Amino acid sequence: MHEMALAESVIQIVEEAARKNAAAAVRAVRLEVGRLSHVEPDALRFAFDVVKRNGLAHGARLEIVATGGSAWCMKCSRGVALARLGDACPRCGSYQLQVTAGDEMRVKEIEID
Amino acid sequence: MCTTCGCGQGETRIEGARGHEHAHADGTAHSHAHDHADEHGHGHRDRDDLHFGRGPAGAHAPGMTQARMVQIERDILGKNDALAAANRRRFAERGVFAVNLVSSPGSGKTTLLVKTIEALKGKHRVVVIEGDQETSFDADRIRATGANALQVNTGKGCHLDAGMVAKAVERLAPPAGSVLMIENVGNLVCPAGFDLGEAHRVVVLSVTEGEDKPLKYPDMFRRSDVMLLNKVDLLPHVEFDVAKCVEYARRVNPGIRVIELSATKGQGMGEWLAWVEQGAASAHAARSEPAGALAARLVEREELAAALKRRFSG
Repeated sequence: MHEMALAESVIQIVEEAARKNAAAAVRAVRLEVGRLSHVEPDALRFAFDVVKRNGLAHGARLEIVATGGSAWCMKCSRGVALARLGDACPRCGSYQLQVTAGDEMRVKEIEID
Repeated sequence: MCTTCGCGQGETRIEGARGHEHAHADGTAHSHAHDHADEHGHGHRDRDDLHFGRGPAGAHAPGMTQARMVQIERDILGKNDALAAANRRRFAERGVFAVNLVSSPGSGKTTLLVKTIEALKGKHRVVVIEGDQETSFDADRIRATGANALQVNTGKGCHLDAGMVAKAVERLAPPAGSVLMIENVGNLVCPAGFDLGEAHRVVVLSVTEGEDKPLKYPDMFRRSDVMLLNKVDLLPHVEFDVAKCVEYARRVNPGIRVIELSATKGQGMGEWLAWVEQGAASAHAARSEPAGALAARLVEREELAAALKRRFSG
């Protein structure tokens, strides 16, 4: 359940930004989570609901924007879409793939009062 | 503590340290009120198999008002990554070769470490950080070899993070030129995303576990440089397809190096030990100087140059 640790990090980042902007409360938190990242969105939501209590973000709703995965196929010598780690190149079926995007986890923005 | 969510903040313990670690950067004492009476979204149970990893990550409801939007654009793991970078610098300064050993519980990590320490005795100093939820059994086993070891208990935590390692390293003070083995919490999932500042990540998989693990836990295998296939002496007694396992591992990580070995019987240990020794040698050769020492040397050099200038111009 590493999502708990991730949710703690999210709250730290959010509260720091909220304080810096003299917010009375945080209404919403928007995350960008890649489909190839090691995050389970439902688990992250659950953890976020636990760690947000007693802070500026106690009433905040969590929005998770999933971003697609892509990889560089060494056989095709081009970028391809990758839905899941361990999948083959959708063009040539090779597994000689280097993930190029989709494993990011970022706090994009917050909405504050 | 909550057994449902596994939340265990405040329960990390590092041997020799009094009290509990509270992993909050702002220093707030954080107490969790843990009633889970409210509703949480918990996946979809309409079919037999539960797969929480499919589909768009939950509803993305548009409609944030523009008035008070604050752009943040920060990596969630940014703080851990920064601490890991600091650890890495520290290891580089002292020429310490740090390895992060990950696996599921029972793959034989501790036995491998004991055998490695014994084999390298007289050649390399090996120091060990042991990560487990509870007990100091593993650190005790390491210490029985005469090597220096420190147990980090994560409480309900499921992985080591860079901050825990930084604190452990402070206490353990690995000598210059040593090999630092960090045995992560036995878990093929959670430690995957947490950089500790290691030079290499090594995943240990034993042949009693099944050859499909690399596809079941792709994050861990993708982020490891080496896969140690342990307990190969048991291959005649178990159904385990080595070729298939290696193929699966390379599906998620085409560049992963594979070493087949048996820590208890010694088979394949030579290749592993050679890899460790080579890593230690390059860490030692690439040993960088701390910024302070470098600056002091520059000042010294400038003073010398000034003195020479004075002598020859006068």
